[in-house]
Amino acid sequence: MIREALYVSAILFSIGVLGVLTRRNALILFMCVELMLNAVNLSFIALARLHGVSGQVFVLFVMTVAAAEAAVGLAIVISVFRHYRTVDLGRIRLLRG
Amino acid sequence: MNGLRAASLDLGTLLLPEIMLSVGAMFVLLYGVFAPEGVVSTRRAHLLAIVVTLATAAAAAMLANQAAPLGAASGPLAWDGFRWASVAVILLGVLGSLVMAMEYNEGAALSAPEPPALVLFSATGMLLLVGSRDLMLIFLGIELMSLAIYVLTGLDRSRAGSAEAALKYFLLGAFSTGFLLYGMALVYGATGTTNLTQMAAVIESRTLGTDPLLVGGLALLFVGFSFKVAAVPFHMWTPDVYEGAPTPYTAFMAAGVKTAAFAAFARLLLDGLGPAYASWHYAAWVLAAVTMVVGNVLALAQQNVKRMLAYSSIAHAGYLLVAITSRSADGVASLVFYSLAYTLATIGSYCVLSIVSGGIEKRTRLTDLAGLARTRPALATAMAVFMLSLLGFPVAGGMGFFAKWYILRAALNSPTPQIKLAVIFVLASVVSAGYYLGVITTMFMKPPADDALPSRGVDARLTGGVVAVAAVLLLFLGVYPSPAVRWARASTMPMSPARAVAAPTPMQALAPVNSQPMLP
Repeated sequence: MIREALYVSAILFSIGVLGVLTRRNALILFMCVELMLNAVNLSFIALARLHGVSGQVFVLFVMTVAAAEAAVGLAIVISVFRHYRTVDLGRIRLLRG
Repeated sequence: MNGLRAASLDLGTLLLPEIMLSVGAMFVLLYGVFAPEGVVSTRRAHLLAIVVTLATAAAAAMLANQAAPLGAASGPLAWDGFRWASVAVILLGVLGSLVMAMEYNEGAALSAPEPPALVLFSATGMLLLVGSRDLMLIFLGIELMSLAIYVLTGLDRSRAGSAEAALKYFLLGAFSTGFLLYGMALVYGATGTTNLTQMAAVIESRTLGTDPLLVGGLALLFVGFSFKVAAVPFHMWTPDVYEGAPTPYTAFMAAGVKTAAFAAFARLLLDGLGPAYASWHYAAWVLAAVTMVVGNVLALAQQNVKRMLAYSSIAHAGYLLVAITSRSADGVASLVFYSLAYTLATIGSYCVLSIVSGGIEKRTRLTDLAGLARTRPALATAMAVFMLSLLGFPVAGGMGFFAKWYILRAALNSPTPQIKLAVIFVLASVVSAGYYLGVITTMFMKPPADDALPSRGVDARLTGGVVAVAAVLLLFLGVYPSPAVRWARASTMPMSPARAVAAPTPMQALAPVNSQPMLP
């Protein structure tokens, strides 16, 4: 049961990583990041069955932080949209590495 | 979970600096609600934040000399010299950037009382980060620090570059947080605890060093932390974000985030995962070598000073990784000493940039510094000191030389001598001369450009004061480094496996692994 949950969580995490690496829309990228965080949450919950309650406490913290992150992130997306009229990262090329 | 049982913890004392900073930040926010709009309130809010920072520094200095309270021995919060030394370095950086921001924000029309509150919130996260001995607190510290910094990066809403830098930083930062968390989950799965002290004991007693779950977790933790400290190959965001962010907050990022993230990384690797040294040593080695080489080589090609300093900060992440890789008490001491030198030089050079550009972000090109020695000789001399200090030049570079020297010695004297790494370290430093000296020749030997040095509408006297203090401190500690060395030597933390569960007494220098004195 725990093993299966860990596999599912690994798959979900990989989907999230792939999404971040391949998609170019800031909002979809953000959704993929959230998917990664939730995959980790699943791992923590599964491992908490083995190791006791601290894994579950960790999940509560992750959820709280993810909510704060969403608030900040969406505000930043809006401020970028005001300048460029788009959230497509392919078209935002002012600063270059 | 033992560590988090509140009954056995004196949290009020353990968390006093963090509590003071966050309460102070809320006061600044409240002031922003009731104060009238305008430049005067902005200045007052910054002054309030500076007072809060000074009070916190005083409290931390007092706590550092006190006996450890209940629950400090193995609980979630450390109470050792390493924490207090890192707190001091971070608060120094916070002070410098607050002063710079106070004057910069007037010039750039960022007038608002909220930015200093955000700086304080971020500083709270940094302090939490350097004191935490629990994965949960490390995570919370990193997030508290980063969330405030994302906002600070995008503060200048009139400039597209600022908003874009914030978006880039936010997306990559959140992405790396995912890796960090997954790493924590796997390490928790392998060891069954989030407390670093217990983790070290578990890894040692069950010889988990090569457990696949633990090794996978380690790899993910390395990816996550490499993003945060800007180590190659996870450094892509750094130049863009450093260039796009308003200069005072770039300085804050470069100095504070690096110090705090490295302190947490060092504690995690040396304390919690110390017994698994064989599993992470090679990764840290490669990361350090690649970061030093790539950071310095890419910096050579930069025409914008802010971008150049960003690449230089990447290279410095490599130098600090050398200190971690050497895994000894000397390594920890040199990490703290280096952070202090780096913070002073970084804050100073960004202050100079802020003065020269007069709050206009485009004027941070190398050509804008041309002829500075003729127009503003004192400023040019100070900038030369900062550059030479970052380079590690003897005497004129002040403390920077000793900082590099101690890291080199720690690497060579470590229980597993890092001779190849030391050679790469020296060669990379030689390469860095190319761009640091380039700044100096531009300032001293080129005539001023026609469009250089706009007449500044803002008063930059206090920023100039920060420049002077930083330069004098660097030079003074370069001639007479003993106090800083003694202070850095006291900043040991318990390192497993040697002292896996031992309770550290505050400010007590644990016997170094090798007995050679570090004093020059």
